Amino acid sequence: MNSPAIMQTVFDKTRIADLLTTAGYALALTAVVLFFLFPIFWVLLMSFQTNADILRTPPSLFFSPTLSNYAAIFAGKMETSTGTQDITFLRNLGNSALLSSLSVLLALALGVPAAYAFARYQFRLGEDIAFTLLSFRFAPPLLVLLPMALYFGQLGLNDSYWSLVWVYQLIVLPLVLWIIRGYFEDINPDIEHAYRLDGNGWGATFLKIAIPLARPGIAAAALLAFIFAWNNFIFALVLASAAKQPVTVGALLFVTGSGIQYGYIAAATVLSVAPILALALFLQRHLVEGLSLGAVKG
Amino acid sequence: MAALELRAVSKTYRVGDREILAVDDLSLSAGDGEIIGLLGSSGCGKTTTLRAIAGFVQLTAGRIAIDGNDIHNLPPARRGVAMAFEGYALYPPLRIRENIGFSLLRERRPGGEIRRAVREIAALLDIEDILDHYPAFASAGQQQRTSLARALIRRAPLTLLDEPMSQLDPQLRAQVRTRVKEYLAAHRLSAVFVTHDQNEAISLADRIAVMEQGRLQQFGTVGELKNRPNNLFVAGFIGEPPMNLMAAEVEAGGARVKLLGETDNRAAAAVGELRLNGAAPALDAGRAHIGIRPHQVVLADDAPLRGRVISNQWLGDQSHVLVDLGGLRIVVVSAGRVRDLRKGENIGVNFPPDAVIFFSAKDGTALPRAGGHGGE
Repeated sequence: MNSPAIMQTVFDKTRIADLLTTAGYALALTAVVLFFLFPIFWVLLMSFQTNADILRTPPSLFFSPTLSNYAAIFAGKMETSTGTQDITFLRNLGNSALLSSLSVLLALALGVPAAYAFARYQFRLGEDIAFTLLSFRFAPPLLVLLPMALYFGQLGLNDSYWSLVWVYQLIVLPLVLWIIRGYFEDINPDIEHAYRLDGNGWGATFLKIAIPLARPGIAAAALLAFIFAWNNFIFALVLASAAKQPVTVGALLFVTGSGIQYGYIAAATVLSVAPILALALFLQRHLVEGLSLGAVKG
Repeated sequence: MAALELRAVSKTYRVGDREILAVDDLSLSAGDGEIIGLLGSSGCGKTTTLRAIAGFVQLTAGRIAIDGNDIHNLPPARRGVAMAFEGYALYPPLRIRENIGFSLLRERRPGGEIRRAVREIAALLDIEDILDHYPAFASAGQQQRTSLARALIRRAPLTLLDEPMSQLDPQLRAQVRTRVKEYLAAHRLSAVFVTHDQNEAISLADRIAVMEQGRLQQFGTVGELKNRPNNLFVAGFIGEPPMNLMAAEVEAGGARVKLLGETDNRAAAAVGELRLNGAAPALDAGRAHIGIRPHQVVLADDAPLRGRVISNQWLGDQSHVLVDLGGLRIVVVSAGRVRDLRKGENIGVNFPPDAVIFFSAKDGTALPRAGGHGGE
């Protein structure tokens, strides 16, 4: 065999190996995507089926799609075999949006300055305080829930939006604090020093230099905190009445005396996931934009 | 009036339970329009000192005054200080042009004036072609010059420069150094800069403060540092190559001085005797250190102090000859070319009495001459 032919064989072999590797990656990625997206896809399909279609064995991809689930949720009336029942789902959705937004706003208002302080200044018990705040995330909520419910009852704090927002800080504040602290620590403090030498106080420096430079981090932390607050179930279940409960608790309504209303649950799930998904997509652009400026570090 | 005065400035950092003394009882003052270099190795406290002047480090003790006014309790914005940072610290979302002109813009100077000032300083530092770039797209050297420009354009009562040219290649560094010095002089600006490069300190500064372990070792002109070092540290730190330092045994009154070398088993052994004709300080008998600058040692065939040549290097304008006096190695710098000296050759060296400096064996401080003046 002459040398060009050998070269050709070697070339063919590496080409085949490359192709196989690429195909392998593609297969693996497809499997992962299917694994994670299939439940969402299935829920989306369920939301367009009646309960009868959903419970049919074997399950089928072919059914006559119906908007009845969505129509019922928006109309606020649910038909079951035992009669008509009111649905407060839209109100729950509004509650979720309100509670999560207020919680994240409060967590940002408290957490961003705190994160800055922890990142920039050494003070007595600083690390201890930061760690204590983080440790709230270690404790299971059930541990504190019962005493909290009792105290809240005595203090007259049960069943108010603000008390829920307060309790939600247990979930979102440590998250916000620790994520944003890392971003502040990555910013060269001399950029702030330069701004101060140019004739500005520390307040202006914090607002005009530190916060804008940490914006990608703040966006990421806010998004995560929002999702955690949105997904919370147990605090609202125990501490709030029906009128103030978020979607996570509101979905319990579809477990009725005449069976579990899977169609409604699916439609409700789609509706409650949609805002989070939209928010994530919107903020993701901001995240990428902030990072691609490539200038967070001096 | 002194442009800058530091009086007994100390700074202690607390790390866990340990206290670290970063700056220890530092006092120095700079005259109007004077350029001061803080020179020392990493961790010697020079950057801490600079940051204390700027106001980013709270003093543990002491006072700092600019133009006669105490400023150590003022916020950085009100100290009248401009600074170029070692890490550049440019504003990422602003173009190079906006970065440089930022402080003028904040002072609400007219646009035309700002544009003119930015053009002038950019021309001085050779960064005109990148004025419309963002810092992220400029090289390290360009960012550093931008940072320098941002400090210089303010013409503040005091300009602080932290390792201002560390990222520039040698040719550019020499050029920028000259231009910065001219600019500072032209506008009668006082400046303090930090460097670990003694060539930079020597060429840019009017006076140099040598620091080590948080303490000021000596503050003076290059000539003073080289010819009248305060102590062993300065003697061994300044100069290229640094001063030859050796142990010696001194007879009472300094009449006879024996140089000590090291034998193979590391014991001290006399390698020779110096005749200093009464130039030695009035010492008690005992150990001392003596030093002599390499270019002041004279190679002479008939000198009583004998040694062997270890190496002879011609650097283009001077020869560096390493001589072993028997367990004691010294460097001799000769302006002419000493071509005929070969390795292993026996040679005599002569220490001119005026060039020899004595240091205390106890604490390394320089000892005054009997005549009351240092060697020149």
